[in-house]
Amino acid sequence: MLSSLFQQFLNGITVGSIYSLVALGYTMVYGIIKLINFAHGDIFMVGAFIGLIISIKMGTNFTLVIFIAIVLTSFIGVLVEKIAYKPLRNRNSARISALISAIGVSIFISNLVVLINGPQNESYPQLLPNNILQILIILISIGLMYGLYYIVHNTKVGIAMRAVSFNVNTARLMGINPDMVISFTFAIGSLLAGAAGVLVGTYYRAVDPFMGMMFGLKAFVAAVLGGIGSIPGAMVGGLILGLTEVLGVAFVSSSFRDAIAFGILIIILIVKPTGLFGKKTKEKV
Amino acid sequence: MLKLKSIHTKYGNIEALKGIDLNVKEGEIVTIIGGNGAGKTTTLNTISGILKPVAGEIHFLNKDITQWKADKIVAEGLIQVPEGRQVFPNLTVYENLILGAYLQKDKIKVSKKMEYVFDIFPRLKEREKQLGGTLSGGEQQMLAIGRALMAEPVLLLLDEPSLGLAPIVVQNIFKIIQDINKTGTTILIVEQNAHMALSIANRGYVIETGKIVLEDDAKKLLTNDEVRKAYLGG
Repeated sequence: MLSSLFQQFLNGITVGSIYSLVALGYTMVYGIIKLINFAHGDIFMVGAFIGLIISIKMGTNFTLVIFIAIVLTSFIGVLVEKIAYKPLRNRNSARISALISAIGVSIFISNLVVLINGPQNESYPQLLPNNILQILIILISIGLMYGLYYIVHNTKVGIAMRAVSFNVNTARLMGINPDMVISFTFAIGSLLAGAAGVLVGTYYRAVDPFMGMMFGLKAFVAAVLGGIGSIPGAMVGGLILGLTEVLGVAFVSSSFRDAIAFGILIIILIVKPTGLFGKKTKEKV
Repeated sequence: MLKLKSIHTKYGNIEALKGIDLNVKEGEIVTIIGGNGAGKTTTLNTISGILKPVAGEIHFLNKDITQWKADKIVAEGLIQVPEGRQVFPNLTVYENLILGAYLQKDKIKVSKKMEYVFDIFPRLKEREKQLGGTLSGGEQQMLAIGRALMAEPVLLLLDEPSLGLAPIVVQNIFKIIQDINKTGTTILIVEQNAHMALSIANRGYVIETGKIVLEDDAKKLLTNDEVRKAYLGG
């Protein structure tokens, strides 16, 4: 009983740490341009597929696979920003337009993958040794999150990110080019999503072109749970969501898996809409 | 050094600046005084490239900067301390100052500049690791000015540095502004506190509803009857 409980905890933290990686992308982009980037889940899926293709063509060297996957996803993330969001931002269009654009990009990306690779599930190669798989996934996630934390707190561009998220015009008076900082944010967020994609493929040993939809939505729930816009919030939110989901499946019923995640969303929105780490914001008039 | 020729700026359909002509010479302290909504902040934001004029020209150091982006204007040494200070409340004092020198790549220069700022404002040194949002109003104004100094301004624009501060703090801030000017930085200061601004300035402009209505030596403006009635409380 005790060892099974421990195993469930480990499962929960494994899934949760991957949720956290994806949730960070949602929360960072929201923090800086107040956009829920619904295409983010599909960047995650693309990361998984790039990992799959690389491991088929160039062999199952995990470091190489994840490296190429994150380089390409960060590039794709910036491209999406430049094509789908920046033109709208420059025209001062309503926030809802960018949101619709994000949903469009999401549909476009998943169908592009269907077009290239077909709609079927693909089995994923074994990239990490099975016996320590979960520990490795957790360690890699922590490493990536520490890297992010370091960038945001100790580099100039990280400080600039926080400045832009507070006030764009004041940031411009410092000589900061907001477009550059926004692109950088998309690059980092998509990089984390790409890594998460490879980790999920490695963990579940299967991927499909629409996996980004549900996983992305759940990561979004994790971001809201932690307080959208808050980086530590996304990390904690992902872990809580992963743990609740796994423990709920283990001790209640597996048919409640998705209900648990969205049940959490509903409860959070009723009880504490700003999330665990979120701050009350005043709308400027 | 700075020349505005017939600058018009609009917010949507509303014309906030209706042809501003203004010039600032090297080494001067120049002030623009005027009431609420006269166009003072709009003038500074147009100079800084935050707003784009619909007509007119802005020249700085003999370059036409009218259509330049804000970050390029900062790189030229034209630095603004915005209205209400706009210290980043979510960043520490140290991080706020680092951002002031955002375009300076040389780390040694940045740390020297920071020592210089801490010399002028020892209070900021004490508060180095505190978040900007936890400072008092006067300390935030010091931080906003210190942050601008980090960028090594050739011309420093100050938007209502006296706003919301106690009189004794205002005097201290204006004293420091004069000191900064003495080290060779040209200053353009926008104020509702006309008396304070005119008492340290060489020249002054009076702005009303988007137009310059008066321009003279600061000493003459201080004794000008209309100015006294409208801005100096009789």
